Amino acid sequence: MIKFSLLFIFLTLSNAFAIDTSGKLLLTGGVSQIEGAAGGGLTPWAFIGGYGTKDQIAANAFYTNVNITDYRLETFGALIGILDRAEISVAKQTFDTEDVGRLLGLGSGFKIRQNIFGLKVKIIGDGVLDQDSWLPQISFGAQYKKNLMGEVVKSLKATEDHGLDTYLTATKIILSQSILVNATLRRTKANQLGILGFGGDGNDKYKYEMEGSLAYLICRNLAVGFEFRSKPDNLKVAREQNWSDAFLAWAPTKNISITTAYTTLGNIALKDDQKGFYNSIQIGF
Amino acid sequence: MLKIAFTLLFIFSTSSFAADLSTYQDFGEKPGLTKVVDDLMVNLLANEKTRPFFEKADQVHIKEKLVEQFCVQIDGPCTYTGQTMKKAHKGHDIDTSEFYALVEALQESMNKNKIPQRAQNKLLAKLAPMHKDIINK
Repeated sequence: MIKFSLLFIFLTLSNAFAIDTSGKLLLTGGVSQIEGAAGGGLTPWAFIGGYGTKDQIAANAFYTNVNITDYRLETFGALIGILDRAEISVAKQTFDTEDVGRLLGLGSGFKIRQNIFGLKVKIIGDGVLDQDSWLPQISFGAQYKKNLMGEVVKSLKATEDHGLDTYLTATKIILSQSILVNATLRRTKANQLGILGFGGDGNDKYKYEMEGSLAYLICRNLAVGFEFRSKPDNLKVAREQNWSDAFLAWAPTKNISITTAYTTLGNIALKDDQKGFYNSIQIGF
Repeated sequence: MLKIAFTLLFIFSTSSFAADLSTYQDFGEKPGLTKVVDDLMVNLLANEKTRPFFEKADQVHIKEKLVEQFCVQIDGPCTYTGQTMKKAHKGHDIDTSEFYALVEALQESMNKNKIPQRAQNKLLAKLAPMHKDIINK
């Protein structure tokens, strides 16, 4: 409840001041990806978050709720985009095990919490403006994740309660076709983003995973698309599968964007075929 | 099989040689482009970010050159007779957010004139790379 009132205050404030962050074009700062980086819903993009240009600093905050068959994942976060070159982000995730908590021996409604600190740096290219070249915008990023329920995830045979994801991401808007293409290569050993710890009895090495987004720009404040994210499978007791979603992102103004997606997340800790709606709101400053 | 191959070859060769006027037509040809540019100038003068660059300039001349330039960019039957972008913007301190403000003014004008989204993006795709010659701050 407190969360919603905070959100309401944000909305009221940003409307009251009608902040003109101007800067970049609508949606070209991306929305907030599930781990806090600017991107699509599941995967980071090479774009630097916020509408700040190379002369500006921009910030935004987001709340994402993923309500799937047997679980619920809530993420709160914020990021700062610096001079359209670097992005620093924080995210706090709460994974509600609902009734499955009892089956896992944790108690019904047991919640696993995780903190994520992210950094992204643009290496080369401008994925929006350089329409005369095939070179995408390329960024390098890192996400340090710390699971706050170390003993729980270790009881599931995860090796660690923390891990460092690193990724290389390339994003390009092909304006003449009204599409956005993104590909991300991630090095990770996180189990279900890290919610089930890092590494495990099945595999304990960092692995490379592929992620991608493809979007069609319906008009300047509306995009529709789908995403894919391959996942490691490190825990013997809890099989992990690839993720995908179909999304609609809408930016009614420069300081608000709303994303709705339908996600299919496969098996998550004992439960097969997890799917449901992903809803996210982002407010810019 | 050979017939299909020849037919395909024919389709490809005609599509690549004949000038594609569809985007130009989507803009309503010369009269449509003129309206888009007229409304663009109204928007530019209304926005405090872009106004200083245009309020004391020869607006009639700029509009005329913009119509020519946009027409050429969308493969219309026109010739651009204006200066190079680099020369035209020399001496003006234009930063990235001012450049984007112009893009937005153009998007608003195109929306107002009901230019189809794909045609809008085709023009923007041609204009966007000019940021290298326009942004100089």
